[in-house]
Amino acid sequence: MTVVGERPNPVGFGRMLRKEDVRFVRGKGQYVDDIQLPGMLHGAILRSPHAHARLVSVDTSAAEAHPGVRAVITGKTLEGLKLAWMPSLSHDVVAVLATDKVRFQGQEVAFVVADDHYTARDALELIQVEYEPLPPVIDARRALDPGAPVIRDDIAGKQDNHIFDWEAGDRARTDAVFAGAEVVVSQEMLYPRVHPAPMETCGAVAHLDKVSGKLTIWSTTQAPHAHRTLYALVAGLPEHKIRVVSPDIGGGFGNKVGIYPGYVLAIVGSIVTGRPVKWVEDRSENLMSTSFARDYHMRGEIAATREGKILALRVDVLADHGAFNNTAQPSKFPAGFFHIFTGSYDLQAAHCQVRGVYTNKAPGGVAYACSFRVTEAVYLIERMVDCLAAELHIDPAELRLRNLLRPEQFPYTCATGWEYDSGDYPRALRLAMEIAGYAELRREQAERRQRGELMGIGVSFFTETVGAGPKKHMDILGLGMADGCELRVHPTGKAVVRLSVQTQGQGHETTFAQIISEVTGIPPEDVEVVHGDTDNTPFGLGTYGSRSTPVSGAAAAVAAQRVRDKARIITSAMLECAPEDLEWEKGRWFVRGDPTRGKTIQEAAFAAHGSLELPEGVEGHLDASCVYDPPNLTYPFGAYICVVDVDRGTGKVTVRRFIAVDDCGPRINPMIVEGQVHGGLADGVGMALMEAMAFDEDGNHLGSSFMDYLLPTSMECPSWETGETVTPSPHHPLGCKGVGESATVGSPPAVVNAVLDAIGVRHADMPLTPAQVWRAMNGRPYRTDLAIP
Amino acid sequence: MRVPAAFEYERAESVPHALALLARHGSEARVVAGGHSLLPMMKLRLAQPACLIDINGLTGLSYIREEAGQLRLGAMTRHAELLASALAARHFPLLGDAERVIADPIVRNRGTIGGSLCQADPAEDLSAAFAAAKALAVIEGGGGIRTVPIAEFHRGPYETAVAPDELLTEVRLPIRPGAGSAYEKVERRVGDWAIAAVGAVVWLEGDVVQDVGIGLAAVGAPHFHAAEAEAALRGRAPDAAAIAAAAALAAEHARPTADQRGPVDYKRHLVGELTGRALRRAVARARGREG
Amino acid sequence: MVQVHMTVNGEPVTADVEPRLLLVHFVRQTLGLTGTHWGCDTSNCGTCVLWLDGVPVKSCTVLTVMADGHAVRTVEDLERGGRLDPVQQGFMEEHGLQCGFCTPGMMLTARWLLDRNPDPTEAEIREAISGQICRCTGYENIVRAIRWAAAHPHAVEVPS
Repeated sequence: MTVVGERPNPVGFGRMLRKEDVRFVRGKGQYVDDIQLPGMLHGAILRSPHAHARLVSVDTSAAEAHPGVRAVITGKTLEGLKLAWMPSLSHDVVAVLATDKVRFQGQEVAFVVADDHYTARDALELIQVEYEPLPPVIDARRALDPGAPVIRDDIAGKQDNHIFDWEAGDRARTDAVFAGAEVVVSQEMLYPRVHPAPMETCGAVAHLDKVSGKLTIWSTTQAPHAHRTLYALVAGLPEHKIRVVSPDIGGGFGNKVGIYPGYVLAIVGSIVTGRPVKWVEDRSENLMSTSFARDYHMRGEIAATREGKILALRVDVLADHGAFNNTAQPSKFPAGFFHIFTGSYDLQAAHCQVRGVYTNKAPGGVAYACSFRVTEAVYLIERMVDCLAAELHIDPAELRLRNLLRPEQFPYTCATGWEYDSGDYPRALRLAMEIAGYAELRREQAERRQRGELMGIGVSFFTETVGAGPKKHMDILGLGMADGCELRVHPTGKAVVRLSVQTQGQGHETTFAQIISEVTGIPPEDVEVVHGDTDNTPFGLGTYGSRSTPVSGAAAAVAAQRVRDKARIITSAMLECAPEDLEWEKGRWFVRGDPTRGKTIQEAAFAAHGSLELPEGVEGHLDASCVYDPPNLTYPFGAYICVVDVDRGTGKVTVRRFIAVDDCGPRINPMIVEGQVHGGLADGVGMALMEAMAFDEDGNHLGSSFMDYLLPTSMECPSWETGETVTPSPHHPLGCKGVGESATVGSPPAVVNAVLDAIGVRHADMPLTPAQVWRAMNGRPYRTDLAIP
Repeated sequence: MRVPAAFEYERAESVPHALALLARHGSEARVVAGGHSLLPMMKLRLAQPACLIDINGLTGLSYIREEAGQLRLGAMTRHAELLASALAARHFPLLGDAERVIADPIVRNRGTIGGSLCQADPAEDLSAAFAAAKALAVIEGGGGIRTVPIAEFHRGPYETAVAPDELLTEVRLPIRPGAGSAYEKVERRVGDWAIAAVGAVVWLEGDVVQDVGIGLAAVGAPHFHAAEAEAALRGRAPDAAAIAAAAALAAEHARPTADQRGPVDYKRHLVGELTGRALRRAVARARGREG
Repeated sequence: MVQVHMTVNGEPVTADVEPRLLLVHFVRQTLGLTGTHWGCDTSNCGTCVLWLDGVPVKSCTVLTVMADGHAVRTVEDLERGGRLDPVQQGFMEEHGLQCGFCTPGMMLTARWLLDRNPDPTEAEIREAISGQICRCTGYENIVRAIRWAAAHPHAVEVPS
């Protein structure tokens, strides 16, 4: 894969250019919308303009009569097929097409299938829908008010908008610590509703072959196998007759975990018309209807001594889940992994309670690189620590150093029950401070303050919990969170590895080749990585929650170890010695004490397929498989420092520097790991400064296009400064922890802490736009989930 | 992806041809130049013209020149061309200031100044810059050519003095001695529309402001114009107190509305803040010192 | 339907199109050049950038009929004679892409920038790509990729 010169690839871990890039830089990636099939039709969805309304009638006659229209599907059509509702990922149901009411602006009402995309769009304008508007529930804090309109009257006996109450930690013990604490600081904060907004929107091409009965779905999915099982359950189709293909994916970030009505409608469209049907959402559809993230209204309390020893945390959360509870997370965890909110500190006690409510907004949740709500948890604790620092007049970095877990405390079981696998936290924070020149920055800040200039330094420290399962604790809709891997070495020593996870840009084709290479010594360019096709890969739960390396990467490593072990037996047969007499060096077994006598793995592969007589019980060929059920999660961590300048006259924030020290264990491909960190840091700048989806009182979505939902550009992002420490996970076969979401989780509080440090304000909610910063400076920050008053 | 509804398409070969096409198709027709205002509206189906008259072939309308004591900008001049123009920068540096913050470099390659002006979005930057420069709009129609002061060009949001059978062909900025100018904008993010923006042009005679133009974008100023602030500064020395007074007047008379870019009080504050900044830089430039 | 003639990547093309057909759809669907992507409806994201008469434009906001008589260049034309453009090499060398979706547009803008300014500063690069959103890279490596291309202006044959 060398591009220039004769630079060889590493055998195993190390910086290596990406194998997939040879097609991407030529414009030869194949994304869902690039798929063209003979006879393919095009679908488009009619969506509700109302946030809450009764559906009185849907007249499709004019649309059906429009030239080029092949079918118009409504909720009534789907009721006939028993497909109007589908199970959500959280023990609820989701309307595929509305039948009784619409419950959020942008909800799916009808589906047109036409000869081409333009005609399908035209026909949407011809559908006449009569709505009877109902009062909407927009403010999550009013959702449980007596007399609030009941959104989910489709659920028998439902009288309110309550979804669940959930708690973690020891309430009594926590209350007791608080009662005796010298200092208690409390703070309300909102993590606003944001959107992953990958550059490629969601879409699918469905083709039911009527002869074979085989349904093939090309779709933007991060979890092709889970989707296949769900389609089987939803549509009643036999699972072996369903093939889900996830081609190149133009970014996922959690947005492409769930099954959206559009995918089901493409399938129904193909069933109805007998032809392949493509549906790809536009950007407004993506922002208005697919999985949002966060929307946590949190009240934190932190108890400490006057010297700054943190003792306990107490958190009360109101979670806005939208119109259907469709958050994608392990079944037993309605608030995801939020209860890791104790963060990176040694606390005596902690307790949280989380209450989920319905509102007239899009369903979803826990998307956008959040590691199942760890994002919210880290934001909460890292803001609370800064609030405490301000209260005690202790430098925020110093306060963290006083309270961080010490290396000798690992494995460490936190107050809410998580067992952190490994870490050296003070080392990471000290390194970040060293790169930043922390003391010098504080001196500069003081000087600038003298001159009336606003400069801020924000610190955050995060502990991630990623790589779900173990499957005995973690499942999605009953599917245990384990992943399979199959490795086959061909006679000439080239290999193919088949994965259950699916890249959306993370570089799996390279990283997994390097994992196989590290263990077997087969050069990474000789390893073909196959993924994203359920007919050609083993079962597994897919890529999200930073789980590919911790779970699927472990599966690949174990399969590779099994191949290596088998190669040892084959080599021993070739050399007529005992397997125990052989020693491994990367790529080769040799006789202990006689390094010249040995066989490469390629030689062993050929022999395994040849006439060589193998020991009894050993079959020929050289392959192995593994289903990896992780014994624990992994706990990547990091220390981030952000430096901002704030324009006192306008409230405009400029991120001057951002220093990120990440520890994700050994780095398989440092170039790719650094790239993952960079992307997450940009996410953090986006969420902290500009991204949010607010709603007006009628439920109109105020961020429904890229004119209003702002993503950071090259101009808002500084040149990232990164550093690393390496603390291997003791239970992952390669020590790797995963890194996909670390920076998205860790960076928002660093940016917010920096801005608030600059303006000397205890708290203001994200996004810290110029207006919000100016209002905060004037003591009147506004709520960012509602229309600006 | 959103797509426009169907329409008829005509390509104008010359200005008279464009006018003839406009006359033939009437008010159902829209002129399209760069298309970066109109086509997104058509994709969202907020605009559904029956006919589009494409004037991209009118390359004769793409120019920046000095003539008869005026800086003359052809309506088909692309934003990127105005940004790159040394001539424009020499006479009116606020045009460069404004162009640098209009949309993004790729959009500026295609979007035209005439298109921006005719879209008449209340947050449009050039409208405020031209208001400050006391520009004239040249409009051609079947009845001939007329020249309209920029203050009369904008009739309201998305509404201009250009009749359905007319074409904006040129913008003229009178060049007067002692000029200095600047444009200040605050946006939520690069490429976003202004939260508030202020363009200022001062013409100094010695130490006195012989004339001044202040244009405001995105804050509900009638005709993008801060008339009261201008009046307060005219004839005075542009010292800190005078500029502060003008800035306060601009803020007081602005009529911003709340939206997701900000609440009213903040936008009003910004008008004052940015008016002060723009005036200070304009004065510094008039005095030959880059502000 | 309107008949259009243009050159696309140097090849003459003639087609009958609806006036409303967006150039991005013409290139992708009519011509099958799917390296040009789209990501929004409002000219904000820049994944649809291609060259029109040598200048990068957002092809979601250009009608195909407007390209009649003009020259279009897409990402598929960056590699010539088996040699990758240094920009393509730079994006690989510096990990300037992850999901690859914004990459064609970014590379075309980079090539345009380097043609006009062979040794751009970081600030000039950031400004040049500021109308194009990347959700994966945080831009840092895109900047590095373009600087790599500036430092290696001559295309090198790609070993197959």
